Amino acid sequence: MSRLFMFEKPLGMRDTLPELYEKKHRVRSLMDETIKQWGYQFIDTPTLEYYETVGTASAILDAELFKLLDKDGHTLVLRPDMTAPIARVAAARLLENDLPLRLAYAGNVYRAQQREGGRPAEFEQIGVEYINDDTVSSDGEVIALLVSSLKKAGLNQFQVSVGHIGFAQELFKQILGTNGRANALRRFLYEKNFVGYREQVNSYSLSSIDKQRLLQLLELRGGDEVIGKALDIVEDGYGKESLIQLKELWEVITDYGLKDYVKFDFTIVSHMSYYSGILFEAYAGNVGFPIGNGGRYGLIEKFGKKASATGFAVRLDKLLEAMGSQEVSNTVECIFFSQERRKEAFQLAETMKAEGKKAVLQDINGVKNLDAFTKKFANTTFLIGGA
Amino acid sequence: MNGNLTIAMPKGRIFEEALELLRKAGYTLPPEFDDSRKLILDVEAENMRFILAKPMDVATYVEHGVADVGIAGKDVLLEEERDVYELLDLQISACYLAVAGLPGTEMNDVAPKVATKYPNVAAAYFREQGEQVEIIKLNGSIELAPLIGLADRIVDIVSTGRTLVENGLVEFERIKDVTSRLIVNPVSYRIKDEVINELVTRLSGVVSLEVK
Repeated sequence: MSRLFMFEKPLGMRDTLPELYEKKHRVRSLMDETIKQWGYQFIDTPTLEYYETVGTASAILDAELFKLLDKDGHTLVLRPDMTAPIARVAAARLLENDLPLRLAYAGNVYRAQQREGGRPAEFEQIGVEYINDDTVSSDGEVIALLVSSLKKAGLNQFQVSVGHIGFAQELFKQILGTNGRANALRRFLYEKNFVGYREQVNSYSLSSIDKQRLLQLLELRGGDEVIGKALDIVEDGYGKESLIQLKELWEVITDYGLKDYVKFDFTIVSHMSYYSGILFEAYAGNVGFPIGNGGRYGLIEKFGKKASATGFAVRLDKLLEAMGSQEVSNTVECIFFSQERRKEAFQLAETMKAEGKKAVLQDINGVKNLDAFTKKFANTTFLIGGA
Repeated sequence: MNGNLTIAMPKGRIFEEALELLRKAGYTLPPEFDDSRKLILDVEAENMRFILAKPMDVATYVEHGVADVGIAGKDVLLEEERDVYELLDLQISACYLAVAGLPGTEMNDVAPKVATKYPNVAAAYFREQGEQVEIIKLNGSIELAPLIGLADRIVDIVSTGRTLVENGLVEFERIKDVTSRLIVNPVSYRIKDEVINELVTRLSGVVSLEVK
């Protein structure tokens, strides 16, 4: 192990310096505000959770968990996402009388450290969980809230791609029957390997119509016209049911007036087994990774309550990256004072703060380079010497 | 933003074949392209920007989204496991990954050593064979390793097999056939869907012709 330099911080950890802090804070408050306006209640949960409970229940892969031991030898995880801790709290404390529950959070989550840059081990997520309502209206509300809060935060160009875990699942089941063969195809979709998917389909002994149906799945993306195309390749059953849900979702999103932000994509398989219905990812053109994602999940059952839920999580770091370099206008003013006019300076500062302005009080004797220091402020007032 | 496509191209052997394929697909690329030493080439007529990268790095540029699409060997994709869409087998630069070594030699019983540019592929392959081997990562001239006793076996790309023969090595097992693939960043795949769909359609048109 090489000796550490004093400026070093652990791999994957980042500081938030004042300018970035300001930007982060502003975006977070705009999103928070929107989420609160929709009636969601914010909660906090601990940073540390048990590996056995939240760690294993989480959608995050085991290898990506940040693990440590407590003094009794229990394995702990730094929470890898907020959904699993909230599912725990909801099941244990908040779900009552079968009522719908709308919760929200903004907090740091942790992932195993990685050598390569651009993959912080700690980053902030803002999101919501809408628990105990399995209507398509609730899926629609979560997507609409995602879009609205991103718009409110100031992001102009973005897109939400929506899929349904049930469609591909059911298509595979109808055509391939056995789970093994269906799983092989699902894995190719999950790994985004369409070449492998096609090769696998062609290796099965199937009628050319069935092969065509499986291959067409890869083409199913676009606006609501895609649902019609999807209807052609799936038979009655859960697959068709998933399309009915997506059609209704499209109507819900249309009624929100947000359909320009949404597209369908039937190849989205964000996880091998976590999601149970409609799922989605949000993209901004200038960032190479999704800025947010979400969908319907059955996780709460792992914590002992039967309740279906949906939600979204936005990565604040990616969102800020997508918003580019925005000028944070410096509105702080500085009042320089000397002993003689100190009281006057303090009174002026009080008045300014009462008007909602930001004022720094600076003893003039404390500044060595006045020119350089003055440049840091939007405005300066000098109350020095005898009046 | 939409419409403008950045393509990461592998320098060297695959570059020329990839260029030929793009031209066959109807993209007008200037002739000076072929022997330029620039790393970034803009083709305004096609609204495309090409970046020239080391073959092993193409998938990295694409995963991070600084390139929308890229042309990368399957060997690179297997080794790097980047989160990118593998949309099309371009069927160019065909070769394969193989295990080779000195003829008539056995692996060392105590500490079987394998030298390779592909540590992940090599480790995964031997694990599947039920063998735990020690990997030594090299960056080139892998054939040297068994000749001077650094390793018992090598895992490397074989195209004609000439390098192996000339150095007195033989191929023991074939791991996987390799061709170049069209890869796409997941965000670009959604945001620039129309341009990318067109690229895929045009390329798959010429690829399937080649096969027949």
